[in-house]
Amino acid sequence: MKDRKLSFFLKSKFSGDNIFEGAVGLFAIGVLIIALLLFGELYLESGLSRNAFGFGFLTGSIWDPVSEVFGALPFIFGTLVSSFLALVIAVPFSLGIAIYISELAPGKLRAPLSFIIELLAAIPSVIIGLWGIFILAPFIRDYLAPPLSTYLGFLPLFQGPMYGLSMLTGGVILAIMIIPITSSISKEAIQTVPIYQKEGALALGATGWETIRMSVLPYARSGIFGAVILGFGRAIGETMAVTMVIGNSARISGSLFAPSYTMASVIANEFVEATSKLYISSLLEIGLLLLLVSVIINIIARILVSKLLRVEGGGRA
Amino acid sequence: MKWNKRKLTDRIMSGMSAACVIIAIIPLVSILYTVTINGISAINLDFLTQLPRPVGEPGGGLGNAIQGTFIVVGIACFIGLPIGILSGVYLSEYGNNRFGRFVSFVADILTGTPSIVAGMFAYTFVVLYFKSFSAFAGGVALSVLMIPIVTRTTEESLKLVPGSIKEASLALGIPKWKTTLYIVINTGKSGIITGALLAIARISGETAPLLFTSFGNMFWANGLDKPISTMPVQIYTYAITPFPDWHTKAWAGALVLIVLILVLNIGVRFVTRRKYAM
Repeated sequence: MKDRKLSFFLKSKFSGDNIFEGAVGLFAIGVLIIALLLFGELYLESGLSRNAFGFGFLTGSIWDPVSEVFGALPFIFGTLVSSFLALVIAVPFSLGIAIYISELAPGKLRAPLSFIIELLAAIPSVIIGLWGIFILAPFIRDYLAPPLSTYLGFLPLFQGPMYGLSMLTGGVILAIMIIPITSSISKEAIQTVPIYQKEGALALGATGWETIRMSVLPYARSGIFGAVILGFGRAIGETMAVTMVIGNSARISGSLFAPSYTMASVIANEFVEATSKLYISSLLEIGLLLLLVSVIINIIARILVSKLLRVEGGGRA
Repeated sequence: MKWNKRKLTDRIMSGMSAACVIIAIIPLVSILYTVTINGISAINLDFLTQLPRPVGEPGGGLGNAIQGTFIVVGIACFIGLPIGILSGVYLSEYGNNRFGRFVSFVADILTGTPSIVAGMFAYTFVVLYFKSFSAFAGGVALSVLMIPIVTRTTEESLKLVPGSIKEASLALGIPKWKTTLYIVINTGKSGIITGALLAIARISGETAPLLFTSFGNMFWANGLDKPISTMPVQIYTYAITPFPDWHTKAWAGALVLIVLILVLNIGVRFVTRRKYAM
């Protein structure tokens, strides 16, 4: 009697199903552990710098490894301005691409076109950087900067000498790199717009463009906003291509023609050479900031995108 | 009159959208073109099989970097694929609860981790521990980038497996774990493989996480606990020098890397598209 009870107990607790579920569940916990370790390691290892500088780390503009004074403001400035510049350039293009591919292109062209646009995202950052150094930077120096300084030179943004490696070049290269993700997620958002929404506008006599402007875009608004934010997140974390073309100079300048420096590129350039503990710890704190910002941005973007898709009832983002 | 203006706006805006697509394709074409033109001349058997030489000495190649890339990516796959695929299986088959949705959300957020941060993590976690740059540390850094991608693609492709197939198997009295292992995973196999290959293509070109984990080496790989040369890092090192000879090597390396990655990408999409078309 007791035996049967025990074996029943064993069977129900240690059945193949439970063992299997537990085993694959462990791997799922593994994903959480990786996320925790990622934060934990960076948080612990940057302790030295957090204690030494406190909040002054974010507002200090002196980065002097020799006298061990570290302020990250020039890098935060460089990252924000270059990423914002990238958005200013990339968003109109991404919207145009998303609208064309989902609403205007002939049916047969749609899949190949989105494939080609997304192919750009597959090209390694270092190769885009290589192209940036030898093709894009000279092009911007010779053909884009002169007219900008001639016609818009009264703005402080376009003043000063331009040597090719600059904030402007960094922003353009980031724009090129985020167009695939911003346009493909905007496209998905536009594709969730129900057909009756469009038919309604068309039936009222709206032209194709008016339908898009008045009935498609407002409906897809939150998804498009999510796509833009996601693009911003990508731009902030992007390292190699920007490092190769932005000029790497830790000075805050009002001109887009001046070289700059981003959070990711200072890590890429200086981490190996960082000798003192405080130096390494300061770089790790920049890394931690980068991680925090990108996590927050990603959470906001996911919520915006998934809200739209859930309303429509079509899958998750 | 008013009608004409509206029609004109319609035409202009449609034209501008099409122009956006064309302009966005220009950089891609330019990149592929310049990499091919500048790289093709330096590619020969020596380039693919020999060690790099000091600047000024002609010849030499990226043989060790090609070898190193395969080793580091191999380590990343060894760590990342089991964790990624099995956690994806959990999320799709057992994850319809609060814990599962949370893990799925975390994996989603992790896909946006800046790659350089993954490198810093591997540095503090592995390099500081073993007190040396190593191929293993590079593999760990890349696996951090790979796992969330594989987890999500596995989850999504297994969710596409029709419930009727699972129910048929369960109705025959086959336990759920056997159903999952032999029926569900088997049916969703091509999706899992696609996700894994795309993740491999993505990490093979990563440079930032390798700068201070696998570091670099001018010689052939001599152990997983030693620094190792990889293609992306070698391209970067060559690109930022002032020597035209090394610039050519950087372009040639870029060509090899780009061909590798594009073959993976395009190949995968062709295979899956045929699948879905049926």
